[in-house]
Amino acid sequence: MKLPSFEYACPATLAEAVRILADHEGEAKVISGGQSLMPVLAFRLAAPSVLVDLRNVPGLDRITITENGVHLGARVRWCDIESHDGLRKAHPLLVQGISHVAHYQIRNRGTVGGSLAHADPAAEMPGLAVACDAEISVQGVAGSRLIKAADFFDGALSTVLEFDEIITGIRFPAWPSGRRWAFEEFARRRGDFAMAGVALHFDLDAAGRACNAHVGVIGVCSHPCRLTAVEEVINGNVVEEDLVAAAAKAASEAVAADVTGDMHASAEYRQALIGVLVERALAHAQV
Amino acid sequence: MQVSMEINGKAVSIDVEPRMTLADCLRHHLGLTGTHVGCEHGVCGACTVMVDGAAMRSCLMLAVQADKAKVVTVEGLSCDEALSPLQAAFRKHHALQCGFCTPGMLTTAHALLSKEPQADETRVREVLSGNLCRCTGYTALVEAVLEARDAYQGGQEA
Ligand SMILES: Cc1cc2nc3c(=O)[nH]c(=O)nc-3n(C[C@H](O)[C@H](O)[C@H](O)COP(=O)(O)OP(=O)(O)OC[C@H]3O[C@@H](n4cnc5c(N)ncnc54)[C@H](O)[C@@H]3O)c2cc1C
Ligand code: FES
Ligand code: FES
Repeated sequence: MKLPSFEYACPATLAEAVRILADHEGEAKVISGGQSLMPVLAFRLAAPSVLVDLRNVPGLDRITITENGVHLGARVRWCDIESHDGLRKAHPLLVQGISHVAHYQIRNRGTVGGSLAHADPAAEMPGLAVACDAEISVQGVAGSRLIKAADFFDGALSTVLEFDEIITGIRFPAWPSGRRWAFEEFARRRGDFAMAGVALHFDLDAAGRACNAHVGVIGVCSHPCRLTAVEEVINGNVVEEDLVAAAAKAASEAVAADVTGDMHASAEYRQALIGVLVERALAHAQV
Repeated sequence: MQVSMEINGKAVSIDVEPRMTLADCLRHHLGLTGTHVGCEHGVCGACTVMVDGAAMRSCLMLAVQADKAKVVTVEGLSCDEALSPLQAAFRKHHALQCGFCTPGMLTTAHALLSKEPQADETRVREVLSGNLCRCTGYTALVEAVLEARDAYQGGQEA
């Protein structure tokens, strides 16, 4: 369908962008890459009166690596992450996870901030953010605030963002050397939204036992979440065959209450799939 | 709103509604009907054009967002009457049948080979997998793109 009619604003500063959002009291919407919003408009699932384009707002497209971790500006695109030199070493799990996002042309426009705000239950970026304890920075008329990824998503396509707030960036905590990690997802075709996916990492203690396990899943519940029951199975144990099987079983059980089915895959299928993906991820976890 | 772009090397300035997609702007305002519109919501790739050198889906972009940009459509791929090496490879390998997906396949492959002239079969398949073709079964498309790589070595844009 053709898009509904709207006005278009292309402010030169963040303050101005936030001001336009505030003035329209929820009727205005940010457009970043447009790779999720344009389909939403084409299906007429939303009809904002104004679109506020962030493309002229300076400083949002930076990737910064420091001892505090990796900071991605909200306008960093998937192709920027893919082609960045230092990122693969600074956060291998992030780079691997993002390699599964969408297709070539979409990767040239889609952005980190847009994905976080869109909050698709199967999207990789929100899943990685939750799995890795990332922190999202947002700016509204009243000022800025930091929101833990775990508190940011509150349902399918829903976040705690206020209507005047713009995501400015996300920080992933520093990645210690020796950390084990894996990203596994299943989609019918690479680049399509996953039916389910797992991002996990853990460290090893002096005795070679796993500790500090983080297991995040996408595509199985209304929003990305960590499976603490699986993390408890892993922590304090050596990762070998029996443990991998126990963790896989725990994963399927952990999502049982929340897992939803749709036309792409039934709830039962996704529940079984998440077990298989946790098993593969643990079995293949690498440094 | 007034928008100025460079399209296939020519400067154009036009007045568009903000809700006009770049795809519709190219086809309806500028008569560049080589860019095809299959799905209008970003899943088929038929509408792919190059914006400032990168392949993008013109149905997922507003014309107003292309202000001051350089746009290359399928019409801009061959400089004169002759086929470009990529187009010639498509013909040789029967990489098109009905031709609906072809503009998107050509622009995508051209963008890829211009940036990555060494792209191997895995990479070509990965990139083309975002573009749907209902006719060819893809094998011929991949063969054509792989053969056209020669023309892109040394950085010259074929
Ligand atoms: C065919 C297809 C396949 C795809 N496959 C995948 C996939 O496998 N995995 C995946 O993760 N994604 C996928 N995507 C989505 C893609 O990654 C999008 O780019 C991304 O989800 C949204 O980013 P964007 O910059 O394009 O956001 P936009 O489309 O510009 O915006 C999306 C939403 O976020 C809001 N928004 C944007 N930026 C901000 C900001 N800074 N602050 C506050 N709100 C903001 C907008 O108002 C809008 O509501 C796919 C898209 C398509 C069309
Ligand atoms: S028409 Fe643009 S992707 Fe299908
Ligand atoms: S040639 Fe017919 S859709 Fe590709």
